[in-house]
Amino acid sequence: MMASLTHATTTVAQTVSLFDGFDGFVLPVILKLVFVLAAFFVLPLVGGYLEHKVMGRMQHRRGPVEAGPFGSLQLVADGIKFIQKEDLIPSAADRWVFAIAPGVALVPAMLVFLVIPFGPGVFALDFELGLFYALAAISVSVLGVLMGGWASANKFSLIGGLRAGAQLVAYELPLIIAAITVAVQAGTLSLVGIVESQATFQLFGTGINVWFVFPQIVGFAIFFVAAMAELSRPPFDMPIGDSELVFGYMTEYTGIKYAMYMLTEYAGMISMSALMVVLYLGGWQLLPGVPLPGCEAGGGLFDCSPTGIALGVAITIAKIMALVFLMVWARVAYPRLREDQLQRVCWLVLVPLSLANLAVVTIAKVVF
Amino acid sequence: MTGHDVIFVLVGLLTASAAILTVTSKNLVHAALFLAVTLAGVAGVFLTLAADFLALVQLLVYVGAVAVLFLFGLMLTRAPIGREALDNQKRGLAIAVSGGLFVLLSTLIIGAVGSGALGETSVAEVAGPRIEDIGIATFAEWVLPFEVLSMLLLAALIGAIVLARPESGESGEEAEVTRIEMGDAPSSEGPQPLPDGSAPELTSGQGTEGSS
Repeated sequence: MMASLTHATTTVAQTVSLFDGFDGFVLPVILKLVFVLAAFFVLPLVGGYLEHKVMGRMQHRRGPVEAGPFGSLQLVADGIKFIQKEDLIPSAADRWVFAIAPGVALVPAMLVFLVIPFGPGVFALDFELGLFYALAAISVSVLGVLMGGWASANKFSLIGGLRAGAQLVAYELPLIIAAITVAVQAGTLSLVGIVESQATFQLFGTGINVWFVFPQIVGFAIFFVAAMAELSRPPFDMPIGDSELVFGYMTEYTGIKYAMYMLTEYAGMISMSALMVVLYLGGWQLLPGVPLPGCEAGGGLFDCSPTGIALGVAITIAKIMALVFLMVWARVAYPRLREDQLQRVCWLVLVPLSLANLAVVTIAKVVF
Repeated sequence: MTGHDVIFVLVGLLTASAAILTVTSKNLVHAALFLAVTLAGVAGVFLTLAADFLALVQLLVYVGAVAVLFLFGLMLTRAPIGREALDNQKRGLAIAVSGGLFVLLSTLIIGAVGSGALGETSVAEVAGPRIEDIGIATFAEWVLPFEVLSMLLLAALIGAIVLARPESGESGEEAEVTRIEMGDAPSSEGPQPLPDGSAPELTSGQGTEGSS
């Protein structure tokens, strides 16, 4: 017991970000902000383009082709169109709450990007409580959805907001328990620490190096399903439910505010996928236990050459996009669940399963 | 005044004004939203006092769950949609209760911490404990209170479920579940046999092949 505690103390050492290599206080802060904003605005567009194209192919269409090479600028064009549209506020709506709501949903989604490591040293902040911070930030987004649903003064919006509230609060539980299980396994809450602990993690009792997805395949499945439900993406899109609720809590929104809700969803897809990559898929590592070319021991920044760093970022983003592909696949393949089925899946399947998973992993951690 | 102090004062002012708006707001949902701002502000106060873990717990539990459940309950039951007001007029009682609570809590806190200790701490010494230390303290030293608290929460949880359970025959009858028969077999979707048992006549163009 004491041995494992001291071991954890040594691995938690804070890793320095790439951006801390510059002198002064202001320059690193500005660089970090630019990095976070760039990741927040670019990666969701890439994920959205991937979704357009993949969904098109799966439905025997071609997807976007006109805007930019292979239609890759379609979402940029959409964004420009949204800005040009008239910004309508319904006359019965609560103006202030209606106007603030998309921002309340968007800002937490942006704050999550602060702690996500995209490569060795490529992160804004290695927070000791990084995982906990990400989960706390994600949990605030639901306020924006509830506010928007209520303030629209529209029955469809209100029902959509209520459904979103019930769904997001419920699915937060298995999500957090699955994440806690990984933290128990890694012995740290720092996202960089979790990636680094996967470099040396060996399957119980054997000498085989693996990522956490192998001992925790159940946890990974729970996290994946719960993450899709947290983002209210099909097949968990009851809050939007376009065939029953017009467009749920977004019914009355137009223009830039609607775009903000959509950006929240796509940014959430990226940040949830990034969390899964960090928690289960070894972050920026190419193979379990094998250091990146140009890096030593798969560790922090100072073990890597610039080539190694670039390769690490590319591997992370490739893994994120692979998970986004899986989410899009699930969207195309499965019909929407019914509202009662949704709650049943969460409370009767995912929550007990995640608790059992936590118990098993904790026992294994103590025994081996 | 260091930058730290300025941020502390700003966060404190934000929290206090949101708290005042919570109790003076005429609209119930606005009051709940201001309550969420107040709780988030308290998280900010914790953050400026270097209690990172406490701040995140505050955010996750109070803003992400408690405030959301408040709003959810209001919207599900009696919140007016849009801009209508819904206000409780018992101002005097509310002021008496909150004032009494404030006096009691501040007396207790000053008595426990001591007025002398408050002035001596300098900014440089303010650093929260590491999360590991909190965890070890919780599960080694304070494990008994921790377990008692979890039993209390579990009892409250079970009690809530028991209260919410619909007893049959108590609060009206349960609505029968609507059964929708679904199937791909064409026989279940095709025209039903007539009461005398003969097959109905099919007019041209009304076959089952028309519906995909």
